[in-house]
Amino acid sequence: MAMDASLKIVTKNFGVADSHKLSVYQQRGGMQAFRKALSMQPAALVDEVKKSNLRGRGGAGFPTGMKWSFIPKEAKTVYLVVNADESEPGTCKDRELLAYDPHLLLEGMLIASYALGCKHAYIYIRGEMMREARIVDDAIDEAYAAGLLGKDHSTAAGTFKLDVTLHRGAGAYICGEETGLLNSLEGKRGWPRLKPPFPAVRGLFNAPTVVNNVETIMNLPDIVQRGGEWFAGVGMGKSGGTRIVCVSGHVVKPGVYELPMGISSRALIYDVCGGIPNGRTLKGLIPGGSSMPPLDASELDVPIEFDALMTDVRIKDVEVKPGVPFDLGGGRKLKTMAGSGGVVVFDDKTDVVALCARIMEFYAHESCGQCTPCREGSGWLARVCRRLARGEGEHGDIELLANVANGIGGNTICALGDAAAWPMLGFITKFRADFEAKLAQSPKARNAATAPAGGLGARA
Amino acid sequence: MPLEFSAQSKQRIERVLSRYPNKQAALLPVLHIAQDEFGHLPDPVVELVAKTVDVSPAHVFGVVTFYTMFHRARHGRNELMVCTNISCMLRGGYEILHHIEQRLGIKAGQTTSDGAFTLVEEECLAACANAPMMICGQDYFLDLTPQKVDAILDDLRRRFKEQQKMSPVGGGGSSTLHGVGPLPGAKA
Repeated sequence: MAMDASLKIVTKNFGVADSHKLSVYQQRGGMQAFRKALSMQPAALVDEVKKSNLRGRGGAGFPTGMKWSFIPKEAKTVYLVVNADESEPGTCKDRELLAYDPHLLLEGMLIASYALGCKHAYIYIRGEMMREARIVDDAIDEAYAAGLLGKDHSTAAGTFKLDVTLHRGAGAYICGEETGLLNSLEGKRGWPRLKPPFPAVRGLFNAPTVVNNVETIMNLPDIVQRGGEWFAGVGMGKSGGTRIVCVSGHVVKPGVYELPMGISSRALIYDVCGGIPNGRTLKGLIPGGSSMPPLDASELDVPIEFDALMTDVRIKDVEVKPGVPFDLGGGRKLKTMAGSGGVVVFDDKTDVVALCARIMEFYAHESCGQCTPCREGSGWLARVCRRLARGEGEHGDIELLANVANGIGGNTICALGDAAAWPMLGFITKFRADFEAKLAQSPKARNAATAPAGGLGARA
Repeated sequence: MPLEFSAQSKQRIERVLSRYPNKQAALLPVLHIAQDEFGHLPDPVVELVAKTVDVSPAHVFGVVTFYTMFHRARHGRNELMVCTNISCMLRGGYEILHHIEQRLGIKAGQTTSDGAFTLVEEECLAACANAPMMICGQDYFLDLTPQKVDAILDDLRRRFKEQQKMSPVGGGGSSTLHGVGPLPGAKA
């Protein structure tokens, strides 16, 4: 592992005046990787991306090259869709990437589209990002005027021409889920689709489709220029490249940082972000956006890397009740995940039950309503967690929360159900004493202390 | 006379339609254009949009009510979207929201009687490292304090009054919707 803190891949043009303009981008070496890519065979490009160990930066960390290789070889129409619907609480990287370096995104899209055989690519940008949408739209206009888009390029595999369209969302977290996004792009409600078929087989307008995150795509020019092996080499384990983390909450210097893959939470918080302000100490953090189970103060030395956060023995298993781990299916246990890179830090004065309740209210608000476990369950989690936070909890509420969460996880069309269930179970596992203290404050719980304990069955 | 798009909107819609293999895919962009022109999306606008992209009004209605940025009722000239999600909550997002409620004399979800402001409690707006924050129109207002908020509100109010002087219509959206009264429940 090469821990070079000065290495910048996706933020290399940050801080340069007018970095969003094509002329500045090209002066700094932009579009050379695209030229190089055109001299290669598309299949060789896919191999290079596979070799690079580039993994999806939107949340799941799925290997990008493998995702690309699922596109059927005989497909006539293929779509590339860039997911710029950044809305995972705690995540604020794509907005900056789009504003500061839209041409790096377009170059990445040109490379990916050539590799995939895509002729028309879409960028689905979050509706609220109006200024960023204008910047990207202007960049697209510049690229058309310069003949990069909308014109034939001669390549090692015949001619290649790409059109790019920016599509604005309209305020729905669920459209960040890739099949919800595709439905939204088709002019429908952003309801996630049942999988299979996966988008690589039947995606946008029923054609094979790859959906990639903004940051993922912006890594491609350097992979082409410097080689997949180099990219894999600067990463950690099976995760190539650098990682953008967005640090928010109780740190002295919140910010968006491009860092070596595998930096520990401790180094991130204390060395990079200046520690915890106001003379307080750390209580815990969420490592990858609000969907992910939190870490407590004893788990700070694990690298913020996809596999480490899922498997490192120094992180406790998320439990359904004390001593009973949550089952991800096939006996796999849940620790946490690197997710979208949104690191939210909270200090020892934080009301973690209220924090958890706010997360649950978010998922209840954003549940699309298709699947009963998520639609009903997320509402129960929000209401019960909120009454606990207010000191109005009822006897058995902690078990009720865990039961409901356990009933959502794995039982829904898309991952929004898990996104509500996992942090709920994670917060109870890591901060059970805080939940119990809240319950002890509640007159209702005290009055019912003689009632039978536990779960839905015990309730009237 | 049936409702029609302005020539400028028609031009934008033509361009949008050319970017998709079918008309329905242009629904979200056309709804944005419609809301830009009419300020909100009551039934006559829903019907116009449905005709434009060749789907049923029921489909358009379903889509409009699914997305939080599309409004059935008239909104204030300045829509203040204040984030209270966790990153903002940890750094005083609720204090900012309550400060604005107090300053404007309205609750989140309401519009001031002069039509200058609509206040919305928002979910995460992707500026977590600059919490607490809010959006108004194209502008992100970052690292907010009550003092900063006061200055922003004063500035927006002053500009709203100037705009009102120039066009006596004033009030809600960016233009008036001819022949369409306010919907039941519209505050402005």
